[in-house]
Amino acid sequence: MNRVATGVSAALLALAGPVWSDSSAPDPAALSRLVHQDCGSCHGLTLKGGLGPDLRAETLQHYDADVLKSVILDGIPGTPMPPWRPLLTEAEAEWIAQYLLKGSQ
Amino acid sequence: MLRPVLALALMATTALAETIPTGDLGLVVERATGSLLVVDQSDRARIGRIEGLGDLSHASLVYSPDQRFAYVFGRDGGLTKVDIVTQAVVGRVMQAGNSIGGAISDDGTLVAVSNYEPGGVRIFDADTLDMVADIPTDSKTIGLVDIPGRRFVFTLWDAGETWIADMTSGEAQITRIENMGAFPYDALVTADGRTYITGLFGADNLTALDLWQDKPEPRPILPGYAAGREGLPVYKMPHLEGWALAGQEFVLPAVGQHEVLWVDARDLTETGRTATYGQPVFAMARPDGRQVWVNFAHPLNDTIQVIDTMTKAVIHEFKPGPGVLHMEFTPRGHEVWLSVRDAGKVMVYDTRTFEKLREIDADSPSGIFFTARAHRTGL
Repeated sequence: MNRVATGVSAALLALAGPVWSDSSAPDPAALSRLVHQDCGSCHGLTLKGGLGPDLRAETLQHYDADVLKSVILDGIPGTPMPPWRPLLTEAEAEWIAQYLLKGSQ
Repeated sequence: MLRPVLALALMATTALAETIPTGDLGLVVERATGSLLVVDQSDRARIGRIEGLGDLSHASLVYSPDQRFAYVFGRDGGLTKVDIVTQAVVGRVMQAGNSIGGAISDDGTLVAVSNYEPGGVRIFDADTLDMVADIPTDSKTIGLVDIPGRRFVFTLWDAGETWIADMTSGEAQITRIENMGAFPYDALVTADGRTYITGLFGADNLTALDLWQDKPEPRPILPGYAAGREGLPVYKMPHLEGWALAGQEFVLPAVGQHEVLWVDARDLTETGRTATYGQPVFAMARPDGRQVWVNFAHPLNDTIQVIDTMTKAVIHEFKPGPGVLHMEFTPRGHEVWLSVRDAGKVMVYDTRTFEKLREIDADSPSGIFFTARAHRTGL
């Protein structure tokens, strides 16, 4: 079905590929930019929320990093949160989860 | 000593010399720094900057009928009134915790703001920014537009309803229209104020209302347009704008599919599809309707495609740079201005030759708004 992104499009993978993952280590500058600019489309530039929920550290404290990482990689079906696995490595998702939890401002 | 008549004449001359016409000015949102660039469309130049507007991620604005004042809707719930002649903030209220956009009434006296937190719409006196109506909805509100007759139309993300707020009596008289569909994410109204279309994230159709009816009934458009196809990830929600009408057809971004959808504006039936480079964000008709310009969601947002409306074929594709967030046509469409966020530039193109005419420095530019919008319904 169209609405819930259930899988990863081969076409999109071929077009885009994991954009940040050519090197082995996450690139903090690129990832923090991604969080504020692109996650910010839904969650707000300051991550206080928008169509998507508030992602500030104080709001997220009761989540464990692994949960956040899996939400980032696989999205939340039935909601607008898309899977970022086509664009991010596990290490990058882990970096973003830690970045959010420790306070990104 | 000057004789009185001559002195008066000199004073008048001085006053005229200081007159700043605003008809071809515009504002560019600098989203990261909470500032606006004042730009001159004819000179293709920036002529000033206005600072202190708070969080301008996803900011938009509307203009007063005299094209002097802009009302800026910030993400942080700030409503800021800006004078583009003096290039100064002249009023600001924090009217909610989190907001998404707004509209100005046809008579220019009321400014309405669409809020996420708390959900609902709040309406303000355009002169004083005093609140004149509070319309709570228990739902995030999206797709707020003005229509003729001091009325505003908006849609509830969580509840799937569209509400019409009639302000002719000075207080909001609400008409509720249920069953618009699941997760309406944005909406548009045609320039005549008649047809309101909302896009849905949670269903395989869009929904239209005929606002000329006393009790508009939701009508599905393109039901099942993506049936049987895999939904691709949507890394940025599309936007619907009053620019969607190209000649006698609407051109609408699909959700979860890399295509734009063409719909006959009279009977709302499908007239075609055009495969696109990525998830369309804006599909904007050039004001004459002959072309549609499309930009795309992350990570394909470095690219623009131009579609000819006669053939529905992509006739031009180019890469202005990373993060093309917004497009604004000059009012008669001879040029288009593009915000290229990560390049820190606004780029100006000729829409016939596709030649780049100018680059203007801007700090993380997003929305571009020319003052000609003051005279358009639904923008």
